[in-house]
Amino acid sequence: MLMHTDRMGVSASTGAGRQGRPAVQLDGVTKRFGGAMALHEAWLKIQPSEFMTLLGPSGCGKTTLLNLVAGFLEADNGEIFIEGALVTETPAHQREIGIVFQNYALFPHMSVANNIAYGLKTRGIDKKEIARRVDDALALVKLEGFGDRKPRQLSGGQQQRVALARALVIKPKVLLLDEPFSALDKNLRGSMQVELKQIQRELGVTTIFVTHDQGEALSMSDRIAVMSAGRIRQIAAPGDVYRRPADRFVASFVGNVNVLTGCLVERRGEVATVSVGGMRLGVPAAPLAQAAIGDVVDVFIRPEHLALMSGSTPGSLRGTVTAQVFQGDHIDLYIDVAGVAREPVLLRAPGIAALSSCPVGTEVGLVVRSDDVVAFLPEASS
Amino acid sequence: MKRSPAAIALRWSGRVLVAAILLFVLLPGIVVAVTAFNDRALLAFPPQAWSLRWFWRAFSYSDFGRGFWNGLTVTLWASSIALVVGAAFAIAIHRYTFVLKSLLEGILLSPLIIPHYTIGLGVLILASQTGAGRGFPLVILTHVLLVLPFVMRSTFISLENLDGRLELAASSLGATPGRVLLTVTIPLLLPGLLSGWLFAAILSFNEFTATLFVSSQATQTLPVAMYNYVREFADPTLAALSVIYIAVTALLLSFANAFLGLEKILNVDAH
Repeated sequence: MLMHTDRMGVSASTGAGRQGRPAVQLDGVTKRFGGAMALHEAWLKIQPSEFMTLLGPSGCGKTTLLNLVAGFLEADNGEIFIEGALVTETPAHQREIGIVFQNYALFPHMSVANNIAYGLKTRGIDKKEIARRVDDALALVKLEGFGDRKPRQLSGGQQQRVALARALVIKPKVLLLDEPFSALDKNLRGSMQVELKQIQRELGVTTIFVTHDQGEALSMSDRIAVMSAGRIRQIAAPGDVYRRPADRFVASFVGNVNVLTGCLVERRGEVATVSVGGMRLGVPAAPLAQAAIGDVVDVFIRPEHLALMSGSTPGSLRGTVTAQVFQGDHIDLYIDVAGVAREPVLLRAPGIAALSSCPVGTEVGLVVRSDDVVAFLPEASS
Repeated sequence: MKRSPAAIALRWSGRVLVAAILLFVLLPGIVVAVTAFNDRALLAFPPQAWSLRWFWRAFSYSDFGRGFWNGLTVTLWASSIALVVGAAFAIAIHRYTFVLKSLLEGILLSPLIIPHYTIGLGVLILASQTGAGRGFPLVILTHVLLVLPFVMRSTFISLENLDGRLELAASSLGATPGRVLLTVTIPLLLPGLLSGWLFAAILSFNEFTATLFVSSQATQTLPVAMYNYVREFADPTLAALSVIYIAVTALLLSFANAFLGLEKILNVDAH
């Protein structure tokens, strides 16, 4: 049975902290293409039923990692385990993984039903059973009655559903999703994300999702592995990646962020204090382990964590509004804060009041309304 | 708006030029077609009197009939063998890296630049040295060599257009490499393979130069039979045969277009 109706409504277990062997495990997996390091010693444990996202810009190694798990590439070093079994040298067709490609890669010469049945036929399942499971799979992705169509007769969203059904019908040990939404238009993308997440939760299938879109990563994942230049930079739940980025790259790649110049004034246990234009802010001490008291540091502050004050408020950062961008439900204000930020600071002002109250040229004060501020050493010395 | 006389002159001279080029292209065919209906036993143009008797002679002259069937035999065998061998080589060369890969590709494509009479003469010398008879296998072998590059080229193009992710998807679904080849790769290459086969068949059926060297009285194909005829007779039978040739080809192509989807076989359609 593909549909486990008895499991519907059961909330996804994040798997983090769950006991037992991981669904997927990478132990120091390295892959080079020619001389170029595509993936550098990746260590990763993905728990059963977990939705793990590999997030990073193009060329960061996320697709290489996916292809290694799928068995389309061979690792140069390291080992890969699926459900505890060593699969590093197992060919793709014996790994029992399901994959959905960016372009869906539906077999153009087969009907929708035959596309979905393909993986069942290779397993030598009898015809009646295949027909029943194909029907179940079509129902799962809400494409009942589309079995006789050819892929090219379907819309992009429908093709994606077929690709998903084809990958899920074989009850894969791991579902791999390679940027599956990037070919869809924006509205459809949103609803497909909700639907995919719902199906994933219902079936409890372990999923590795590759994307460069931080919004998709934050909204869908149980955990995110942020990658850059062939390395995994941070593995954490979306909230932690956003609030407690491990390094400069993660802080600037995930979400909008303002980078302000400050200096380290105090370090006490796990908390350090930095001063930005006279304003004192608490930040996690760990990323500043290499810094000495008095060193210049870069302070990362999210736009929504800044609040507007009148220009004369004591303890606030003084700045001048240089631009307003009306976004419908909020206003993006760009504020020039001399001496502290090289680029204008972005601030999200809710509602539309700021449109009239803060015209370009207004002197304003900025205060930080959050504990989620992080600081790192400047680029050159990090 | 009134055009200047210069613009009008330019416009008309362009049309005349295009018409002249088209006429030049079609002229040989037109001359032959008209000559075929000449009543006199001369290859003269324009004819003085009209007749259909050369068509009758074209059909009744036994060498032509035998040449046609010989040619068909050679063509079907040669283009089918070339299809299998050429496609296999093309897939191997496209997919895998191995020692002397580019040398192999160069050798297989070399019949494109080696003159046909060289190949014909070479095969003939080899055959006589080894004592192999000038039977059908020799003619077929020669034709395989000649059409192999065309099948390979056509397979290469189809391979370039084949999305590798389809094969990856198939293998992720549990298909062994052999199964992927049979259920995904070959079906998707089929239009390219068919167009390569068709091209090879047309070339093989019309091939004359190399065939002249390697065929005998018993294995001569239609073009060779026509050449032998024109050495003995100078009547319009060949012209009549040409008209039949053109008509049959046009009919076959229309049939292929209407019932088989020619644009698919010739790989014009992207899908």
